[in-house]
Amino acid sequence: MNITINGNDHTLEQIETIEDMLAQLGLGEKLVIVEQNRVIIDRGAYGQTVVRDHDTFEIVHFVGGG
Amino acid sequence: MLKIGEKTFDSRLLLGTGKYTDATVQQKAIDASASQILTFAVRRLDIFDKQQANFLESLDLTKYDLLPNTAGAKTAEEAVRLAKLARASGMCDMVKVEVIGCDKTLLPDPIETLRASEELLKEGFIVLPYTSDDVVLARRLEELGCHAIMPAASPIGSGQGILNPLHLQFIIEQTTVPVIVDAGIGSPTDVAYAMELGADGVLLNSAVAHAQDPVKMARAMRLAVEAGRLGYEAGRIEKKQYAVASSPTSGLIR
Repeated sequence: MNITINGNDHTLEQIETIEDMLAQLGLGEKLVIVEQNRVIIDRGAYGQTVVRDHDTFEIVHFVGGG
Repeated sequence: MLKIGEKTFDSRLLLGTGKYTDATVQQKAIDASASQILTFAVRRLDIFDKQQANFLESLDLTKYDLLPNTAGAKTAEEAVRLAKLARASGMCDMVKVEVIGCDKTLLPDPIETLRASEELLKEGFIVLPYTSDDVVLARRLEELGCHAIMPAASPIGSGQGILNPLHLQFIIEQTTVPVIVDAGIGSPTDVAYAMELGADGVLLNSAVAHAQDPVKMARAMRLAVEAGRLGYEAGRIEKKQYAVASSPTSGLIR
């Protein structure tokens, strides 16, 4: 499956949901927020939200700032 | 007590989490500041470099009230997007609206700040806009329903302190929601001055994070907030042109 994450193209196999995607990226334990095709996904819904070919994702997190 | 929206806080010092070079120092500085509200930013995660240092991850964020900023936004739309992303964490409903209109001075874009604040209020956020010391803009932001007004003392990270105490005083006098002086603070003097002017709180980052001893400076800032607030509440004496003796002028030995 070809998807775009944070502006870069990626090919991920054997994933169905955002939860799968994050696990495969090694982000399962991290506090991240996901936007799918410009729609923010509720963190509780990662396990039910299906990833489709050519989806575009933003994966963001909190960093130090003032 | 500082009251923002429906929440009350014992501490009137809000602390930024940027620019620290050591996670342990940051945690100790936060402890020394006794701050209950921490600010931070929302950024893309580098999914190829998961080991990148992110000191925010070493903090127990559940112990604080979180004030994400919209830093990086140059338009209202970008600010709203960042605020919504932050809220999707499920950890915060406050947002520091920060829409920069000038890269060199980092001064806020007043029109985009106003637009973003209006939209975020409609979306149910607790909205704290970072603004210049423009008195009329501060009033317009309050009229929109903003939950606090956060005028800059001087440009972000400049450490120049309070450049226009008159305008800050005007804003403080006219505003019924909390006024939190944000940006440009350099030293405890600046903090105490802001609080003596009647500010309800101070938000700072660089002044602690870049101090030679951040932990000691964090404590100094906490004490300055308390000293300035007490001084404001106590009511200072009038300034007089000439001396007025403190000791009795009668009963002198001749």
